[in-house]
Amino acid sequence: MYVAVKGGEAAIANAHALLADRRRGDRSLPALGIGQIIEQLGLAVDRAMAEGSLYDRELAALAIIQARGDLIEAIFLVRAFRTTLPRFGYSRPIDTGRMLIERRVSATFKDLPGGQVLGPTFDYTHRLLDPEIASGDDVPAPATRDTVPENAPRVTDLLAHEGLIEPDNPLDNAEDTVGDLTREPLQYPLDRDLRLQALARGDEGFLLALGYSTQRGYARSHPFVGEIRIGEVEVEFDVPELGFAVSLGRIRVTECQMVNQFKGSAKVPPQFTRGYGLVFGQSERKAMSMSLCDRALRARELGEDISAPAQDEEFVISHLDNVQATGFVEHLKLPHYVDFQAELDLVRKMRAEQQEAAE
Amino acid sequence: MSAAPSYNFAYLDEQTKRMIRRAILKAIAIPGYQVPFASREMPMPYGWGTGGVQVTAAIIGANDVLKVIDQGADDTTNAVSIRAFFAKVARVQTTTHTHAASIIQTRHRIPEKPLHAGQVLVYQVPIPEPLRFLEPRETETRKMHALEEYGLMHVKLYEDIARHGHIATTFAYPVKIEGRYVMDPSPTPKFDNPKMHMSPALQLFGAGREMRIYALPPFTEVVSLDFEDHPFEIQHFDQPCALCAATGVYLDEVILDDQGGHMFVCSDTDNCEERRAQGHRGALAGHRLEAGR
Amino acid sequence: MRDGQWRDLYDLSEAERRLLMRTDWGFVHQNPADGLRMSVSAGANVGERLMAVGGRHYGQIRATATDWLGRVEISADRIDDQPRSFSGGMRQRLQIARNLVTGPRLVFMDEPTGGLDVSVQARLLDLLRGLVGELGLSAIVVTHDLAVARLLSHRMVVMKDGRVIESGLTDRVLDDPREPYTQLLVSSILQV
Repeated sequence: MYVAVKGGEAAIANAHALLADRRRGDRSLPALGIGQIIEQLGLAVDRAMAEGSLYDRELAALAIIQARGDLIEAIFLVRAFRTTLPRFGYSRPIDTGRMLIERRVSATFKDLPGGQVLGPTFDYTHRLLDPEIASGDDVPAPATRDTVPENAPRVTDLLAHEGLIEPDNPLDNAEDTVGDLTREPLQYPLDRDLRLQALARGDEGFLLALGYSTQRGYARSHPFVGEIRIGEVEVEFDVPELGFAVSLGRIRVTECQMVNQFKGSAKVPPQFTRGYGLVFGQSERKAMSMSLCDRALRARELGEDISAPAQDEEFVISHLDNVQATGFVEHLKLPHYVDFQAELDLVRKMRAEQQEAAE
Repeated sequence: MSAAPSYNFAYLDEQTKRMIRRAILKAIAIPGYQVPFASREMPMPYGWGTGGVQVTAAIIGANDVLKVIDQGADDTTNAVSIRAFFAKVARVQTTTHTHAASIIQTRHRIPEKPLHAGQVLVYQVPIPEPLRFLEPRETETRKMHALEEYGLMHVKLYEDIARHGHIATTFAYPVKIEGRYVMDPSPTPKFDNPKMHMSPALQLFGAGREMRIYALPPFTEVVSLDFEDHPFEIQHFDQPCALCAATGVYLDEVILDDQGGHMFVCSDTDNCEERRAQGHRGALAGHRLEAGR
Repeated sequence: MRDGQWRDLYDLSEAERRLLMRTDWGFVHQNPADGLRMSVSAGANVGERLMAVGGRHYGQIRATATDWLGRVEISADRIDDQPRSFSGGMRQRLQIARNLVTGPRLVFMDEPTGGLDVSVQARLLDLLRGLVGELGLSAIVVTHDLAVARLLSHRMVVMKDGRVIESGLTDRVLDDPREPYTQLLVSSILQV
């Protein structure tokens, strides 16, 4: 009659075998290769790298296949692998001013040194499903420019010359070290460095919604896209033994500098303020959302009223990580029968008491 | 991509283990205080025991014998999964016997059998902050702990009594440690609270997502919050375990049919099996019990 | 302090200030919602300070809360209701009870009658005057309403731009204001 629930081990093994089977799908179709994912689903790879906070296309592509295309699951796989990597040191700050630009647009200036470069963008495409892609169309080679691109200084640097925008705060002092949220526990309130790190690996959808909310009046910041640039930058590492920095390679990043109105205060004259976004790979949506959120979260520093969710540091930073969020939401499906038993007893007891009182 | 990933003993790199051990030592030095630590992503999801797994990974050695329970049982899927993880990445011996284990990682229960000196009980903790549902802000709750402002905790208990005539918290029942910190015992039923008091075993609590570790060194005073005229009480069951006839243990309700038929069996499966092996028989025993399909 | 020591408030640690806030001091907010826990019962609102200073006997806490509700003219059968269901005047009286329950020596009131209509104001002022006399406590009342000031206070200071410009017995200041600003204040209210 009663058979105690057992055999968890066998059940798990079977479930995982079934999962592997479903992942592979119809065996008469060729299996996906990592190269195909990297080449043809590049933006998915970029997202897995950005939110997985590990720049490795092949690992990210593998994670996407293994996760059956579930990007949050893929991000999780990347993060779990990242945990096991020993830390050798910190690279020098990347210099996006020296980026090899693939795309660069400014919404604040019609033309500027270095020009506007559209690059590979969905903007201005008509969103019409294209059956030719399904039939494996031949894509012609893109046009390339022959001239060496001129130097493209950052828009915020151009504005800074006039003092119209707050300066970047350079790390002048030895004690101004940049934190590392993957090595030290977050302790609120946070400084902007840690906040930006959290935003950079935060969930794209969550940040998009929050950034959007600031546009709709929940902490309105009058943003302008000073500049978005996408391209490759050099990662350099100081080797103490050598006394100079060596290049480790190049990574592709998306940077967004949002320029926001600021009325000024008793101490500071009116000037533009910044919201900043930087993301691995190509992801304008994420970089823009991040810079809106960054600006909103600076409310305390700038002496603004904190009235909207996007300005609430504990709320935003505590909930933006999709690996944390998905784990905790999904843990509800784990057994809770011990606690439920306790609640069951309580409800029975309270019902009995109520009935007694009624009689 | 480099060659196939190879993992360090117990998964975490040694740097990370040292960081976690420092947090554990601090936690032991200040019983009940939540020590922040830089929690890592683990290969299981947050909320599924990453805190406990990190604590276990930081303290486990090659000679340890590990037991993992979830809801008191060794064979629940998550317990099986975590046990298999350590068997794989640390190649340690595992057991289901409470007395044979040197480290017991648990979710939601404390074994019925009293623990002995030298054992470590590692709790998986979802929300380490006992004040969280009264005050959502970390900055504020940290201050409340620092200043020992725990009036709000009793406000909640007061409300329970005013509304229900008794305290209506049945699990994650808050405790006070050595007269100082109010601590969340993790979502164990309050039935288990007395077992924490003056336990000869070391008790470690890991909350991965919330990045906190706290601890009870052996023989620590653990007092469940209450009122003088409404003292703390544990749950009592009207009937013994239907399989091993044990009384004074925590029971799970098992639904037998859709006619409302149910029975109560031990939540601690190891304890139940051992009793049955000793010849104890409950009302519904005698059937094919040592199941497995 | 209760140990007889004189201390500079600005030198106190936050812990000491918070302790004062739940023992010797009271703070009555203009908006009762700022000073009450709106989602816990009236009884718990009054009992919170008792529990914060170590009260651990439910029956006694409840008895004290009931007593205090009576003193601020809230009927005892409302003890388990949340302040959400209370009128503005009741909320303000509940807030006063919540503050006075631990027998503070100094109560700070920020426009305590601010949001209330006139008849409710009068009743609250009456109650306050009674309690202050009965308990022998000191109260600092911040108000723009000179009628409230005259009715409640013995001494008065007039502040302008964050500075005290005049002080003295209430009757003296109101009947014989010396500073031009005070004169302006006094002359600009309707005679009651």
